[in-house]
Amino acid sequence: MQDLSFITSWIDSSFRSIMPGWLSTTVECLLIGVGLLLVYALLALFYIYYERKLCAAFQCRLGPNRVGPWGLLQSFADMFKMLIKEIIHLDHIDRFLFALAPYLVIIASMLAFAVLPWGNGLQIIDFNIGIFFLIAVSSIGVLGILLAGWSSNNKFTLIGSLRSGAQMVSYELSIGLSVITMVCLAGTMSVGGIVEEQADLWFIFKGHIPAIIAFVIYMIAGTAETNRGPFDLPEAESELTAGYHTEYSGMHFGFFYLAEYLNLFIVSGVATLLFFGGWMPLHIPGLDGFNHIMDYIPSVVWFIGKAILLSFVIIWFKWTFPRLRIDQLLSLEWKYLLPINLVNLVLMVLIIVYDLHF
Amino acid sequence: MTNSLNDILITMANITEKISKLFPQAVIEGDTTPVVTIPNAQWHDLALALRDDADIRMDYLITITGMDWTDRLGAIYYLMSTTYNKIIGVKVIAEGDRQQPWIYSAADVWKVATLFEREVFDFLGIIFVNNPDMRRLFLSIDWVGYPLRKDYDQNPELNPVSTESERQTDFTDVYTLDENGKIVKNEVRVFEKDDFVVNIGPQHPATHGVLRFRTAVDGETVKKIDVYCGYIHRGIEKLCENLTYPQTLHFMDRMDYFSAHNYHHALCMLYEKAAGIEISRRAQVIRVMMDELSRIASHCLFIGTYCMDLGATTMLFYALRVREQILDIMEKTCGARMTFNYECIGGVMQDLAPDFRADVKALLEVLPRNIKEYNDVFTGNVIARNRMEGVGVLSREDAIAYAVTGPSGRASGWACDMRKLQPYSIYAELDFEEVTATEGDSMARFKCRMREIEESAKILAQLVDNIPDGEYCVKVPKVIKLPAGQWFQVTEGCRGAFGLYLESDGSTKPYRLHIAPPCLPQAAVVDHLTRGQKIADLITIGGSLDYIVPDIDR
Repeated sequence: MQDLSFITSWIDSSFRSIMPGWLSTTVECLLIGVGLLLVYALLALFYIYYERKLCAAFQCRLGPNRVGPWGLLQSFADMFKMLIKEIIHLDHIDRFLFALAPYLVIIASMLAFAVLPWGNGLQIIDFNIGIFFLIAVSSIGVLGILLAGWSSNNKFTLIGSLRSGAQMVSYELSIGLSVITMVCLAGTMSVGGIVEEQADLWFIFKGHIPAIIAFVIYMIAGTAETNRGPFDLPEAESELTAGYHTEYSGMHFGFFYLAEYLNLFIVSGVATLLFFGGWMPLHIPGLDGFNHIMDYIPSVVWFIGKAILLSFVIIWFKWTFPRLRIDQLLSLEWKYLLPINLVNLVLMVLIIVYDLHF
Repeated sequence: MTNSLNDILITMANITEKISKLFPQAVIEGDTTPVVTIPNAQWHDLALALRDDADIRMDYLITITGMDWTDRLGAIYYLMSTTYNKIIGVKVIAEGDRQQPWIYSAADVWKVATLFEREVFDFLGIIFVNNPDMRRLFLSIDWVGYPLRKDYDQNPELNPVSTESERQTDFTDVYTLDENGKIVKNEVRVFEKDDFVVNIGPQHPATHGVLRFRTAVDGETVKKIDVYCGYIHRGIEKLCENLTYPQTLHFMDRMDYFSAHNYHHALCMLYEKAAGIEISRRAQVIRVMMDELSRIASHCLFIGTYCMDLGATTMLFYALRVREQILDIMEKTCGARMTFNYECIGGVMQDLAPDFRADVKALLEVLPRNIKEYNDVFTGNVIARNRMEGVGVLSREDAIAYAVTGPSGRASGWACDMRKLQPYSIYAELDFEEVTATEGDSMARFKCRMREIEESAKILAQLVDNIPDGEYCVKVPKVIKLPAGQWFQVTEGCRGAFGLYLESDGSTKPYRLHIAPPCLPQAAVVDHLTRGQKIADLITIGGSLDYIVPDIDR
């Protein structure tokens, strides 16, 4: 398995050789920031194209096919359009909160990017409570949505954001519990540690029954957490026009739009980390030749590839199922997912205690 | 069948006899669809007797036609008995002068009358005393004059196109009689004082057009809905009064644009009946086939948009696939994909396209596969079932009281298919089932439409190989003049019973053409169905009723 940390340490040492330590740290931070933004933008563009093509395939259409070969430049054109659109200023709104809300949403997903295991040695920060940090920062997003709905001074946005608040607070429980289930198996909260634990076998196979249950619950809760169909009640266009971001225009709307796709990536990325080994290639105990060949595929490709495949499942949900109603959504969480999750946690602990996992 | 037994026992003569026994002042004219003329003072008692008398049971109010005979104003109520399947008209002459004509309201007898009376008030200024909600229905509250009165001043300066926001009011009027017999106007709040009222519409993705629901909500729960129509009102009835009979046909495809063929068919039949024109068998078969093709196309669009309302966007494309195929068939024959203007007095405008038969057969081949696919993808889905089952339950009694016809009424167990009840054209010879269900919820309404597609396909299969030769349009006079008289007729559109009332003074233009669309009562029932439900259910219920806004507004 190629360790990519040699690149980062080479960059670090070459900086340190030409400038003082504090300056090199600052420059590195800036570089990482720029890099993150770039990855962020590129991923968002890719996801927009990816979803539109997939959705078109589900709906017997072609999807974007005019701008560039196979419509590849369509999402660039879309983003360019979004950037040059006028931001309409509204009267009778809370201007400060109205402007702040999209940034809060986008900051939440940016922060989560920092701890994702991009590749072997390519993690931005790896500290002992990495996964905990990830859950904590991703809850900031709901604040942005609530503020957006409240500050717009519009009845539709208010209903949309309150729905969103109820939904996110409820489903964070499920996400948290299924993460705890997997943390039990890993024995660590550090993102790097969780990946290393899966070096011989991915957790979904290692933890078998409870891991699969946790995975299913995580995917359901993750879809709800990202406000995507069939849980897209906060922005149910047939009920609330566009929900909490009805009043936003131009790039402010674009931020919500981007954050939705990036959150999709984050949810699939975390699922990859917890259940499918993060950047870890597919290893099967006993098949050394196979494992060796798998190691030749770069770890970055493994991580992003797995995340995109899992996103496919979430996109598939959206274009197949009708939307739930708010009371059904909440009873699904509180009456079904939460009890199952709690029982599943106990089951996982039993399996670990009696060493029944692979 | 109890119905056929009753048909033998109770004839129209029995009913008119009973009425004249109970109300000796009533004047009864005509025999198949008699019109009873009653003084206003006895009208309310007659209304109650008509609804409740065991031998009459006129429980379904089809429409109220407001009339201006220049010397007096009045209203004609068309009623139908769901037990004995008989139609009767009641003519009430308004009391008072032209400044303040009034009639007793029948809103407490037939629930749907509340809205129908508002329409008459809006257009003719007849006040319905004791109606709980006597506002204008379609026109804005500042409108000057009553358009359907014959002395209406059409000067555009009286009602200029406003660039200001429309004036709104939170109050409605209730007119009552005081002890001296004078009319007193009282103002009543539409909503309670501190209700949280959300405007759903007129520009809203789920209202299927420019319909506006002023919705009082308590959290996610709907407390009351005030239906606000008129945003696409074009005054078709008024326009018809100034046009010749063939010219009036063109409006029929601009109301319920999915029932364009059915509505054209209905109006052509009415004119042919009045003029005594016999049309060829070929024309009849073509008309019926076009009606049924429209029905399939319309229900397909319903399935698609309804699923989209519920969040299942993909189903729209699956349903539109079939609809496209039908539109292609229509395009080849009629030259249009919407607003077909195909049926004309005497038959149809042009002959069928050469590959019509082959195209219909191809359609009939793919239909069962598609219906199976819809059921696999959507109907059986657990989320879809949770969203629709038990949501917006309309009982049979309420369906009749609110005059909810068509598939929505049949889903409540009311067999109200006019093709069966009042067979017209060649429907009596055709073999098809009337689709009914008993649940009355949104799921039943959805499934009824799904099954009606199959029944329409059955009709098409019977006719596609039996299109007789002959002329597609018989010779009719260049200038069509109808004899003086009045006619009423109900047919089945894609969304329910479509009533037409025609009064002719013997000229080339209708004296009064009243259109009773199926969608107006369906919009009226939304408030009743959604109270206490969630906002999301409002979308489910509204979608399942499948109203078309231009049909409500006309």
